[in-house]
Amino acid sequence: MSSIAVIDYGMGNLHSVAKALEHVNPDVEVLVTADPQAVRDADRVLLPGVGAIRDCMAEIRRLGVDVEVAEAIRSGKPFLGICVGFQALMDFSEENGGVDCLGEFAGRVNFFGNDLRDADNQTLKVPHMGWNQVKQAKFHPLWQGIEDNSRFYFVHSYYVKLAQSEQVAGRCEYGVPFDVALAHKNVFAVQFHPEKSQQAGLKLLQNFLSWDGRA
Amino acid sequence: MGLAKRIIPCLDVENGRVVKGVKFLDIRDAGDPVEIARRYEQQGADEITFLDITASHEGRETTVHTVERMAAEVFIPLTVGGGIRACEDIRRMLNAGADKVSINTAAVFNPDFVQEAASRFGSQCIVVAIDAKKVSLPGEVDRWEIFTHGGRKPTGLDAIEWAVKMVDLGAGEILLTSMDQDGMKSGFDLGVTRAISEAVHVPVIASGGVGNLDHLVDGILEGKADAVLAASIFHFNEYSIPEAKLYMQSRGIEVRL
Repeated sequence: MSSIAVIDYGMGNLHSVAKALEHVNPDVEVLVTADPQAVRDADRVLLPGVGAIRDCMAEIRRLGVDVEVAEAIRSGKPFLGICVGFQALMDFSEENGGVDCLGEFAGRVNFFGNDLRDADNQTLKVPHMGWNQVKQAKFHPLWQGIEDNSRFYFVHSYYVKLAQSEQVAGRCEYGVPFDVALAHKNVFAVQFHPEKSQQAGLKLLQNFLSWDGRA
Repeated sequence: MGLAKRIIPCLDVENGRVVKGVKFLDIRDAGDPVEIARRYEQQGADEITFLDITASHEGRETTVHTVERMAAEVFIPLTVGGGIRACEDIRRMLNAGADKVSINTAAVFNPDFVQEAASRFGSQCIVVAIDAKKVSLPGEVDRWEIFTHGGRKPTGLDAIEWAVKMVDLGAGEILLTSMDQDGMKSGFDLGVTRAISEAVHVPVIASGGVGNLDHLVDGILEGKADAVLAASIFHFNEYSIPEAKLYMQSRGIEVRL
């Protein structure tokens, strides 16, 4: 039986993502855990996250999740980051006055701003909350069976800009263009919530559970 | 291409059963909230709001169980409202699988609760529900006040100032119900919807009074709402969600189809 460790560092609701994984593949063992050995033993690793980055990073470091994440990424096993679990992989976030993140990938997390406007100069609400279209930036096994420009569910006030464009797997626009999916070797990470994005999101999770970690 | 305006069906649930009646034509058990939520999800609802109107303590356990069942089968965001008075209530609902909770009366009696909840669980899951009623007389400058107890008790709080305060305290979204309109099927109170939507930077969900599809369109285009919530027009099959979305799209509103 293959297994997936959903890393639990005390931030937010992991029930949704665990339920969605069980739903798309009842044969996979889903472990919600922070235990380093359990994460090491799992075939796949998922780093979720909601809430403010300072609290998330503090818990990640306190519980040694930073080491687990680094190890999982080096190990070559399939790794998926979601929402703050994507942002945390970057170098730095400007949330909470500026917070150093894990630095697994070169990139920054920026605030949408208090005066965000669309092309028609209409004010845009922050957080970016709801269903937006994702433009797939490259072929990837995790996009398989998902139409380009499908809508996914987002809720966030900060967005990722990756330093290396070849790592961008998906883009979105909300006042500014930004990166919503990262793909590099065995790592895939998304800003949106696949577990809340109905068919398209469930398909992505299903793809992740059958992915061998090779792009 | 951009962010879609959302359509949110609302289920009033008492002791684990949908009340106020739901009348889908081809559904086996019209009273089971999970079955109804699934049906709405399949039709393309963007979120589900679950309003718990259970009074008893034992009934609350049923609610938690219903939320758990719903979260295991419905993969769109789920908001639970009704009886959220303490951080412990929020934790239980989030653990059961809710994505957001809606705080109503408790916010009026204890605004600090909103701040505590937002700092503990994050603004993204804290919706503050505001029940507003117009109190200005004809000819006066429009003014709306917050009411509690299903619109019976005035609080003296100005609705717009209150919404701004709630967002300052950490509300991530405002669910605005116009009490004059609720159940009247004559459309949202567009004045208060627009005033609040323009006063706060977070999304506003318009609720109360939808009787036809033009009301949904007006809520977005004139009320400047980011999402529209409705119950009876969907429950009684007067309109389906795809029908509503296609109509909104024909009026130039971005929707998820």
